[in-house]
Amino acid sequence: MSMSVTFTINRAPRTIELDDPRVTLLDLLRERLDLVGTKKGCDRGQCGACTILLNGRRVNACLALALSHDGAEILTIEGLAEGDALHPVQAAFIEHDALQCGFCTPGQVMSAVGLIEEGEAGLDPERVREGMSGNLCRCGAYRGITEAVLAATRAMGATTEEDAA
Amino acid sequence: MNRFEYVRPRTIAEAVSAAALPGSAYLAAGTNLLDLMKIGVARPARLVDLNHLPGLDAVEHRPDGSVRIGAAVRNAALAADPAFARRFPAVAEALLSGASAQLRNAATAGGNILQRTRCAYFADPDSACNRREPGSGCDARGGENRLHAVLGWSEACIATHPSDFCVPLVALDAVVEIEGPGGAREVPLRDFHRLPGTAPERESALAPGELVVALRLPPGADRFAAHARYVKLRERTSYAFAVVSAAAGLRLEAGRIVEARLALGGVAARPWRAEAAERSLAGAAPDADSFRRAAEIALADARPSGENGFKIELARRIAARALALAAAGTPARLPALPASPFASAPSGGLHG
Amino acid sequence: MAEVISMRHGSSAGQPITRRDGPLKVTGAARYAADNHPPGLLHAVLATSAIGRGRVTSLDEAAARAHPGVVAVMTPANRPALAMDPDDKSVPFSFRMDLLQDQRVRYAGQPVAVVIAETLEAATEGAALLAPRYEAEPAEVSLDEGEAFVPPIVGAGAPAELRHGDAEAGLAAAANRIEATYETPTQFHNAMEPHGVVAAWDGDALSLDMPTQGFALTVMCLAALFGIPAEGIHIRSPFLGGGFGSKLLTGPQVLGILAARLVGRPVKLVLRRGQMYGPVTHRAPTRQVLRLGAAPDGGLTALHHHVRTATSRFDDFIEPSGGVSHTLYAAPAIRTTHEAVRLDTGTPGFMRAPGEASGSIALESAMDEMALACSMDPLAFRLRNYAEVEPVSGKPFSSKALRECYAQGAARFGWAGRPLAPRTMRDAQGMLVGWGVGTATFPAHLFQAAARAAIRRDGSGLVEAGAHDMGQGAWTAFTQIAAESLGLDVERVEFRSGTSDLPDAGIAGGSAHTATLGGAIRDAGLKAVARLAELATEDPRSPLFGAGNVGVVARDGRLLRRDDEGRGESFAEILARAGLAEVEAKGSAAPDPAAAEAYASHAHGAVFAEVKVDPELGQVRATRIVGAFAAGRIINPRLVRSQYDGGMIWGVSCALHERAAIDRRSGRVMNADLAEYHLPVNADVPSLEAILVEERDPHVNALGIKGVGEIAITGTAGAVANAVWHATGVRARRFPIAVEDLLLDPAAP
Repeated sequence: MSMSVTFTINRAPRTIELDDPRVTLLDLLRERLDLVGTKKGCDRGQCGACTILLNGRRVNACLALALSHDGAEILTIEGLAEGDALHPVQAAFIEHDALQCGFCTPGQVMSAVGLIEEGEAGLDPERVREGMSGNLCRCGAYRGITEAVLAATRAMGATTEEDAA
Repeated sequence: MNRFEYVRPRTIAEAVSAAALPGSAYLAAGTNLLDLMKIGVARPARLVDLNHLPGLDAVEHRPDGSVRIGAAVRNAALAADPAFARRFPAVAEALLSGASAQLRNAATAGGNILQRTRCAYFADPDSACNRREPGSGCDARGGENRLHAVLGWSEACIATHPSDFCVPLVALDAVVEIEGPGGAREVPLRDFHRLPGTAPERESALAPGELVVALRLPPGADRFAAHARYVKLRERTSYAFAVVSAAAGLRLEAGRIVEARLALGGVAARPWRAEAAERSLAGAAPDADSFRRAAEIALADARPSGENGFKIELARRIAARALALAAAGTPARLPALPASPFASAPSGGLHG
Repeated sequence: MAEVISMRHGSSAGQPITRRDGPLKVTGAARYAADNHPPGLLHAVLATSAIGRGRVTSLDEAAARAHPGVVAVMTPANRPALAMDPDDKSVPFSFRMDLLQDQRVRYAGQPVAVVIAETLEAATEGAALLAPRYEAEPAEVSLDEGEAFVPPIVGAGAPAELRHGDAEAGLAAAANRIEATYETPTQFHNAMEPHGVVAAWDGDALSLDMPTQGFALTVMCLAALFGIPAEGIHIRSPFLGGGFGSKLLTGPQVLGILAARLVGRPVKLVLRRGQMYGPVTHRAPTRQVLRLGAAPDGGLTALHHHVRTATSRFDDFIEPSGGVSHTLYAAPAIRTTHEAVRLDTGTPGFMRAPGEASGSIALESAMDEMALACSMDPLAFRLRNYAEVEPVSGKPFSSKALRECYAQGAARFGWAGRPLAPRTMRDAQGMLVGWGVGTATFPAHLFQAAARAAIRRDGSGLVEAGAHDMGQGAWTAFTQIAAESLGLDVERVEFRSGTSDLPDAGIAGGSAHTATLGGAIRDAGLKAVARLAELATEDPRSPLFGAGNVGVVARDGRLLRRDDEGRGESFAEILARAGLAEVEAKGSAAPDPAAAEAYASHAHGAVFAEVKVDPELGQVRATRIVGAFAAGRIINPRLVRSQYDGGMIWGVSCALHERAAIDRRSGRVMNADLAEYHLPVNADVPSLEAILVEERDPHVNALGIKGVGEIAITGTAGAVANAVWHATGVRARRFPIAVEDLLLDPAAP
């Protein structure tokens, strides 16, 4: 059985023939489309390393069946920067040393982009920490991650003063 | 993961028809089912994909005061529905205390109530588990069982239901709307999950091929909105299943409790409604003594199923805490750490 | 040769520059091992044992082979031959491996077969279809089981028993005595990147993408195993997705290499997360008995630290938990003893601060208990027992700024005024608040490394060494050291690293990579500059001609007369005139036995922790951690702060979160995932602050570096545990502290 699925991946339309219904979005990206920036840390929705934006929302790509999301719009870490210009979240991660080994970093960055888009956390550090708790970092870069998300939120002007805690 | 047949119905009728074949499983977000398939616990021959069905993803606030939550409504979307969160704050708090933001963006309302136990022996195909493989035994007995059930368990199974969402829902008399080969029907959520008894493999009231299409909160379920909380004890601050949780709703008039709702999570194979405790609160003063008494009543039948005796006293305390927090009033905005003890303690001390 | 000094100003060592690999990592462009896809790649998946001890009696190979896409099933029957028995330990520093040498099962989670397929999906299902059958024997997996023995060595070679003075006499004479037993659990490294390999053979040449903390060790091991020349083995490991000791030695990835040999095509093998709880080593459980005696004034009279731990049935690694008691507190009598039992588990190994982490939480808890027995503030008690020289050896410390750590940490934390009695502080919400302190310590190791440095015709620098970046910031820190030694800005230095064909950079372990390889890079850089200086000072056409006696200075790509910095010329000018493409030099670093003989060298720190505990529900949160650390010279404060942060989080985790739940009947880890094996999440550590206390160490090594990667676990774990006691009055001695330990009597004040 082969099924044809269509996605918009990093703003480009892609039609893909899938010969196996079991392929997850994560394995589709990594093993079949060479979009290996999205990482597999647990493959069970327990670490967040595979976080992508699916139709604008952050999700774990490992627990999404590719066939199921036919027609979806997908943004991965590879599609975040505009050419050489880093996304404000990416720049803030570097500035605040919000990474060590870097393996969880693509997922952290995509999760942060999703979090800021959701607009619930604003500039409240505790809400940022809670909102980023679906992304494990074994190196322990959490302080930098929280600072980076707050800095990027400010830089993106995605909040108003009254959101500040 | 086994190879399966993939079916993408366009209507509910098509879905029900497709799922009538043995070995079928409905696929919603897949946050639980795909995980179970990856670890070999679920091996469906056919996946009936619900993701392209129209009409299942709406939250309808109906004129009669009821609310209908389409089965495909995402956990995050429901919690973010301003009217829903205002009318059912404990449900929103429970939703936001569950899993992670990523999982809440994917997981559906229907999938949430149908999620399987987190019992490690259920999740390990090499262990004996009557729930997964009837008659094989229960390796959780005598195993790593400090988080297992203290209410409603049987010799055959000591697993718990892991949902946060279901706990306030069952307290608010939610109803499950079902479509199936035999047509449409509905089941109160409190009767939806089955206690294990001698047949723990029969986890819910669903017959084979039946599909949860919606959850409904009845008219007036929002009358607890001013005094409704969810409290969840976890082994880390976030992104963990409940050791024990409680949802409480109160209606207060003239300094007395007129009506109370209380349910517990993480203690049994179903979200545990504590009706006798609720009755004890009717007419009582909203104080620590009343809440403690209600908590004692709620756990009156509890007994350890393993190295988990502590959960009984813990559940009493969480029940009393949820009631105390509810009495203090629903906060205008959910705390930064939803349902966490570290966000929800009322000012002025905890001993009322 | 001219005397050359490379000046710190004008270079960037010591500066908090951002990670040079940051842009690659935040854009997803950094390639980790499993991100590689050579043409013709097949996927391999392990099948692992469900029993803890026994034999595999059958595998349903037919079912696996029949699965569409499956190419081969590798079992003991068809596994390609190895030149060396995987149970042979003749390669230095190696551990016995499970490479399908027979049907025997020695622990749950042991690889028993490998399925190779065209797709990952097919390989995964093929492995599941093997459905092994076993002849099981009873497995022993608890510290209570088995007969204890005294191992010949602990850790990487320390004695199992050490006596300094007469501990029994000291205890007998003490006015205050405590004896307490502390338990630490089995822990797994759980680097976010699972172990994996992409292996491709070309004849006897082997090309690998594989994370490793030690290129040379890995190459040596693989050459011996496969009987192939080391020169033919090429490993790329530019980035490790975390290692923490688990990627130091070659483990189950060898099965991926064997699979590639079997099928004659490139193979990718990545462990599933659940398989990260078996064959990749772990931190062994411990049960530690601390016996302390103190005089009425709080001076320790004796310290006995006894450790019971476990190793595997088939190999030895003994968690050296007693080591911290050798160096930290000035007891006149110190005794440490270790015993071990053999269990049906994988072999334990080096896990971030091996020995120090588990030992520190016990020692720091016991110190707190003794402080209480002496009615002393825990910080004052530690200062009372401050070790001016290393207690067991009597050697002076090469440097020790621990007093400053205590002072700066306490001031920043606000320790003063802490009530002695527990359960006396609450926050506005009624949460119990507790404050605890712990002393951090980690030995300053130095291993061996080599590097090559060159100054090129365009005046830029090139430094080469097979370093390992697992998150510490090797790409950045080594570039900074190279820049400093070459007298260049970091932007003018190219650092080539991350492959096995470069000079042997030693290992990334023991918190010694920066000191060791940094020393070799410095050596190479200074020599390269010296060669350049020779060219200039001996060339009559150079403005530096004849400056050999007064010396020259390398700065910003120029050599300058030291006595007249207005006279000099650029590196490029010197090379152009000499008609050379580059000058190059090799450098090395190795331990200095004389320094080790004369001095004891350790990094130190003081960690202050605040916890809040729900008085009724028992949930704990480590709300504020302040750690002040002195670790010699700091190459990059931004990166070092991150290392301390990470270590402190591991300490919090030891005290409050992580533990493998092992079924005593089957030996299986029942929480072999990341949902139930609780690593701390972001919300668990709302406030972390690391203070970098200045410390100059002229003796420890050429750069004065002590290492920062592991120390912060120590001290922190105990500080958190002590804070929990201070908050609640409950002295939990089994870690991690669980909710049931803290279900307090609500009637208590």
